[in-house]
Amino acid sequence: MAEETKKFMYINRKAPYGTIYAWEALEVVLIGAAFEQDVSVTFMDDGVYQLVKGQDTSGIGMKNFSPTYAALGDFEITKIYVEKESLEERGLTLDDLQHLVWEDEDEDWAEKDSIRLVNRAELGDVLADQDVLFNF
Amino acid sequence: MSSIEANGKTYETDEEGYLADLNTWDKDVAAVMAGIDDCELTDSHWEVINFLREYYEEYQIAPAVRVLTKAIGKKLGKDKGNSKYLYELFPYGPAKQACKYAGLPKPTGCV
Amino acid sequence: MSMLHLVNKSPYENGNLNTASSIMKSGDVLLLIEDGVYGAVKSGKASAMLEGCAVSVMGPDLAARGITEDKLADGVNVVDYAGFVELVEKNDKVQSWL
Repeated sequence: MAEETKKFMYINRKAPYGTIYAWEALEVVLIGAAFEQDVSVTFMDDGVYQLVKGQDTSGIGMKNFSPTYAALGDFEITKIYVEKESLEERGLTLDDLQHLVWEDEDEDWAEKDSIRLVNRAELGDVLADQDVLFNF
Repeated sequence: MSSIEANGKTYETDEEGYLADLNTWDKDVAAVMAGIDDCELTDSHWEVINFLREYYEEYQIAPAVRVLTKAIGKKLGKDKGNSKYLYELFPYGPAKQACKYAGLPKPTGCV
Repeated sequence: MSMLHLVNKSPYENGNLNTASSIMKSGDVLLLIEDGVYGAVKSGKASAMLEGCAVSVMGPDLAARGITEDKLADGVNVVDYAGFVELVEKNDKVQSWL
């Protein structure tokens, strides 16, 4: 089993709600989590907007799927990369994003941060290390 | 659109029997849905059903069965956080069958 | 003759906001809707394009994206759906930068 595990990376580059990409990507990530691969998720370019906290879609008649990102830890997706340059260009900081955590069962459910802030060069290294890339 | 009757009320469902609108859910329709499957709901069933409704309320999705098993184990104790226990309660598959009784959409990734 | 310019895409995704804001004439109004509302965030680089423009944004689109009004660039006017209709009525033409 171990030698068959592949590194899957889902790259999110679109804002939520304006198009269906963000929600579709989230669904694919959750389905893919069932295959017990080594899954990571990246948010870069307009994709960083998906994680902005305080979303309220009651005025636009669409499902607010931002609470679902907090379930990624339950699905054992614990590596969430956010690109620093994308945040800065948009005037955002990590404080504007949801605080995503996962619980480590082996350490009595200790909460650990899922989000890893990386610059473009570091992200390039992370991407180079993956087996399969999915783009949304 | 199909529908289910419970206690004089009509509940719209999809063709597989999942509630069309989770806000129309109540305990009566859950019991009737279970009855259709020849299943009588006990306190142990309700524990899981209530857990699923809370999970959906918080995260806006139904958990996959692996996630459900782990989370139930954490919340209700290790003796309940295993697929044997959950399959005994919900022989058609804990995620699918329990989600249906809880009024949730079919879990993502279930076929 | 006044024109209402609509932009519905993020300024970080394409050049529509740049085009609209630089072609606008005095008396015209720019209305940012859907993903276009990201252009109105003060701390974002794109807000520099709004300088000198009369700018309105759709409130429900801001709320959906978690943008509170205190984050908007100075002088940006928040409207609701009725305000959108009013802008369409008040201006002679509507140009959608799709």
